[in-house]
Amino acid sequence: MEVLDAAWLIPALPLAGFFTLLVAGRRLGDPLAGWVGTSAMAGAFLAALVMFGRLLSLPGEERRHVARLFAWVPVGGLQVDVAFLVDPLSITMALFVTGIGMLIHLYSVGYMHGDERFPTFFVYLNLFAFSMLVLVLADNLLLTFLGWEGVGACSYFLISFWFTRESAAVAGKKAFVTNRIGDFGFMIAMFLLFASIGSLDYYGSAGVLTNAERLSTYTASAVALLLFLGAVGKSAQLPLFVWLPDAMEGPTPVSALIHAATMVTAGVYLLCRAAPILVEADPAVTMLIAVVGAATALFAATVACAQDDIKKVLAYSTVSQLGYMVLAVGSGAYVAAIFHMVTHAFFKALLFLGAGSVIHGLHDEQDMKRMGSLRKWMPVTWATFMVGWLAISGFPGLSGFWSKDEVLAGAWGRSPLLWLAGVVTALLTAYYMSRQVFLVFYGEERWRSEPASDKSELTEPEPEVGAPAGGHGGGAAEPHESPWVMTLPLVVLAGLAAVGGLLNLPLFSKTLFLEHWLEPSFGHAAEHHVLATGTKILLGAAAGAAALAGIGIAYVRWYGRRPEENQALEPALLKRAWGLDAAYASVVGGPGRLAASWAAYTFDKRIVDGAVNGVATLVREGGGRLRRVQTGFVRNYALGIAGGVVLLLAWTLARVGL
Amino acid sequence: MMAIAESGSGPAFPLLSALVVVPAAGALVVALLPRYQEGVIRVVGLVTTVAAAVLATFMAINFKAGADGFQFLTRQQWIPEFGISWKLGVDGISLWLVVLTALLFPIALAGPIVKKDVKNYTAWMLVLEAGCLGVFLALDLLVFFFFFEIVLVPMYFLIAGWGYENRVYASLKFFLYTLFGSAFLLVGMLSLVFLHQRATGELTFDLVRLAESQSLAESTARWLFLAFAVAFAVKVPLFPVHTWLPDAHTEAPTAGSVILAGVLLKLGTYGILRFGLYLFPAAAVDLAPVLLTMATIGIVYGALVAAMQKDLKRLVAYSSVAHLGFIILGTFAFTRQGLSGGVLQMVNHGISTGALFLLVGMIYERRHTRQIAELNGLQKPAPVLAAVFMVVMLSSVGLPVLNGFVGEFLILLGTFATHRWYAVVGTAGVVLAAVYLLWAYQRVFHGEPQGDNRTIPDMTWRERGVMVPLLVAIVALGVYPKPVLDRIEPSVASLVAHIEQHSDFREPGVAKGRGAGADKAPEEPHAADGGHP
Repeated sequence: MEVLDAAWLIPALPLAGFFTLLVAGRRLGDPLAGWVGTSAMAGAFLAALVMFGRLLSLPGEERRHVARLFAWVPVGGLQVDVAFLVDPLSITMALFVTGIGMLIHLYSVGYMHGDERFPTFFVYLNLFAFSMLVLVLADNLLLTFLGWEGVGACSYFLISFWFTRESAAVAGKKAFVTNRIGDFGFMIAMFLLFASIGSLDYYGSAGVLTNAERLSTYTASAVALLLFLGAVGKSAQLPLFVWLPDAMEGPTPVSALIHAATMVTAGVYLLCRAAPILVEADPAVTMLIAVVGAATALFAATVACAQDDIKKVLAYSTVSQLGYMVLAVGSGAYVAAIFHMVTHAFFKALLFLGAGSVIHGLHDEQDMKRMGSLRKWMPVTWATFMVGWLAISGFPGLSGFWSKDEVLAGAWGRSPLLWLAGVVTALLTAYYMSRQVFLVFYGEERWRSEPASDKSELTEPEPEVGAPAGGHGGGAAEPHESPWVMTLPLVVLAGLAAVGGLLNLPLFSKTLFLEHWLEPSFGHAAEHHVLATGTKILLGAAAGAAALAGIGIAYVRWYGRRPEENQALEPALLKRAWGLDAAYASVVGGPGRLAASWAAYTFDKRIVDGAVNGVATLVREGGGRLRRVQTGFVRNYALGIAGGVVLLLAWTLARVGL
Repeated sequence: MMAIAESGSGPAFPLLSALVVVPAAGALVVALLPRYQEGVIRVVGLVTTVAAAVLATFMAINFKAGADGFQFLTRQQWIPEFGISWKLGVDGISLWLVVLTALLFPIALAGPIVKKDVKNYTAWMLVLEAGCLGVFLALDLLVFFFFFEIVLVPMYFLIAGWGYENRVYASLKFFLYTLFGSAFLLVGMLSLVFLHQRATGELTFDLVRLAESQSLAESTARWLFLAFAVAFAVKVPLFPVHTWLPDAHTEAPTAGSVILAGVLLKLGTYGILRFGLYLFPAAAVDLAPVLLTMATIGIVYGALVAAMQKDLKRLVAYSSVAHLGFIILGTFAFTRQGLSGGVLQMVNHGISTGALFLLVGMIYERRHTRQIAELNGLQKPAPVLAAVFMVVMLSSVGLPVLNGFVGEFLILLGTFATHRWYAVVGTAGVVLAAVYLLWAYQRVFHGEPQGDNRTIPDMTWRERGVMVPLLVAIVALGVYPKPVLDRIEPSVASLVAHIEQHSDFREPGVAKGRGAGADKAPEEPHAADGGHP
């Protein structure tokens, strides 16, 4: 028996958790339901580890196995199975999804404690994990799409988890609908691949990746563009990023898990998976991907500099970091994209969870301008947040430095301009993250000067969210450190964020573990530009310098200063994300709505239906003379038909001789 | 002449006749019962529909998978002078529609409780069931027409008698509009039969005989196809002849809407597939662009108009215009994926939209309004109702794992293989479906409930019981549609072969796929169909 055939266990365990909680969640209650959910994830993580171990024991070229379960959609030439693909890429994804997922489940046991719908939260969370794992483990595009849509639906459920809050409900819907625009691309890509190759499987003799070389440049380019459209939606790139900042309406663990570490990277994963097709596409297509990635990275970084909401900073930061990954894909540096995806998952999950801990400790305060000096009150949160801060800033030696370096090296190989955009982004990243750290953990205790917590609770439309059973909320305005279930994940993630660079150290060829490991998945697609060692060191030094410069500027401007002094650094245009969101809203809400409204009330009612009624009137008036014959009551006609039928039946029965 | 591949037919037990007769007999019993015996009447109604459901299930279990011809054939001379016979049969295309009909009726009867004039209500519902089942089973043109028309009568009375405020206008419009379409159908059918007689000397209303002989001149066939298409397009309804639908759906009582959307609209899509494509394959290929265009317009237009509706029930009604557009799209793709998806989507739409109408009815019973503006925050007082609504809605949106996705995906994939740009526009409709339904959900269920919305009761156990079979079907068809598809495909494949044989259309190789053996099929078209001496 092949161990890898049991790969279905990885998604099946969270699914089992989902069903258990769906049926018995209410009875298990708070916190037991949370522990069930967390154990399911722990089980999935173990299963992924076992698969990983098994793959390692195989020689490189044999590290690809398909575990088939059953036929899903078989019609004629279309034969799609529910089957899981175990290869280095999918197991890498599965490992970090289950590992970080487990930690965030654990964290949620503390964070969601006291929420009325505590069990429901874990129902969704487990369902999400299941979908995400199907997405990464699927052996064909359609099953990937199933996971893709599943995570989208769970994201929708979880963003609008506090559904009585109007803004949360709107944000959830916005996320789903915006993602659907991307799904349009994904679907057409599948149709096109099927029409060209006759299969949706990745590998195997008929697989779309196996046969990628058979595609014409035109088709490969179209498929690459369409898949990229899907990625633009899911991974929140320009111009479809607008849903991700709004998605922060969801509970913070959701932001950490779905909107930072896992789901939003699905687009990048898809592009990496489709690398053999991207290679066949016209170079202009991958250039476009790289440009969009770089533009998104830069754009979102500028916006992050001017946000006041602790989670919004991280949200735009996520958009920006996803831009890095897309830039890497467009540059052909697939390993760098995955490397940065993994390290980003470590440090961004850490930062979000740290932010959640802060929000929790301050009784649902999210405005950084009303924070400050928290390092004294929340030492663990502070210490771990420091690690995350330095990691994302690209401080030399930490994980973010190494992975960002790889991305930038890849970008340099494609075009120095792309590299430049990346370096400026690196500087901005270090700047806005430092600004956040100084505002939140240093400076004056601004939460004290204003009765912030009372005020925020009054404006909070969802009282039970802010007042967990644990007795905070009333009276005690002082911040407090979070319970161990929340700090433990922080500590673990801080460790990973610090040393994550070890996965792929560019010091020696031997220490490029990730690159060697992923080689079977990318094959010749990953032959990226090998830079001279001297160039590499120079590029790395430049990126390190940019990081230090960003931190330095922020230190000068924000450390120990009052936030009011720096209003010039926060132009309104940046606060509103260059007005893009508002522009979309006015197009959809203005002309878009007007057109639909015209279709519904003028065209449909007056013109189409008007014509029908007009004909009816004409007939009625013209037929006025026939009135005596016709009673005008349809029920009489109907009865006439019924009577006729009875007669016909009777006649038939008589003829048949019954 | 030919060996018959019909299983379980013959004189042993006329299963298909029984399927039609049981509800009709039930209606007769109800008609004979005294008006005040409401309890007994309800029981008779339910028992009858459940009996029909059991028969249909039995039929589905004994249906031979992998066979493309008609099974359980029943044939009785009716009016031999005119070549009319009582011929019933079921193949992969009609099988699941029969099952759907037989399962939806008990649900529609048990779901919403009607208090007014239970006797007539139940009787009309049973007549309606007999008619619907007859339509899907009939293999004789006149028998089909007979059932196709008879269905109008009970539906008219149900809307007019048990509907809402504007029921008189709506029922009249429904009746006259579809009757107008039927006139074309009758003329088309009679012309076909007599022209066939002139060409071959044989007077017959037998669908298979007429379809296999293909005796018409090209232009004649095209005109006759158009006549059929008009009749069925009204019934579907296709844009721009759809405006009877929102009125009828909205004003009909809940059970009426469930059946109207779940079953009656399928008479149009089924009719065009069974009669349009089968009888006039070359004309269907020639005129496909017209129908594809109307279908794609319907998909986008229906979604846009649905988004703007202020009445929740009307919104669901317009969503049908979009969804039925998908079915027509798949039908005129002429690939087995498109056609199979279309057939599957007929069933899916029946389940999902039927369920949506039941849910809207439940909301109405609680709030006595369907105005979206007057509803809000219902998820708080009624979390179960909200959860069920969510699942059904996502099925309608076409979320994978749920039934709607499989059908839509097959349709679009199959259409893309032959009519690329229509599929692209249709896929855009998938995006729009999310807009109108999620927006409606947000306005009705999300937010802090105000006023009477705060205190509505959640779903009762009876209501949950009614929804459970639908939810099971929604998930089962999404996760494991194979048994259903396996039974649809052979019939669809032989229809495609029939079209290829009689027109210059050729199904793309990728759609046929490995080992489909489709290239062989035209050599013995519909060999499995039999019953002709």
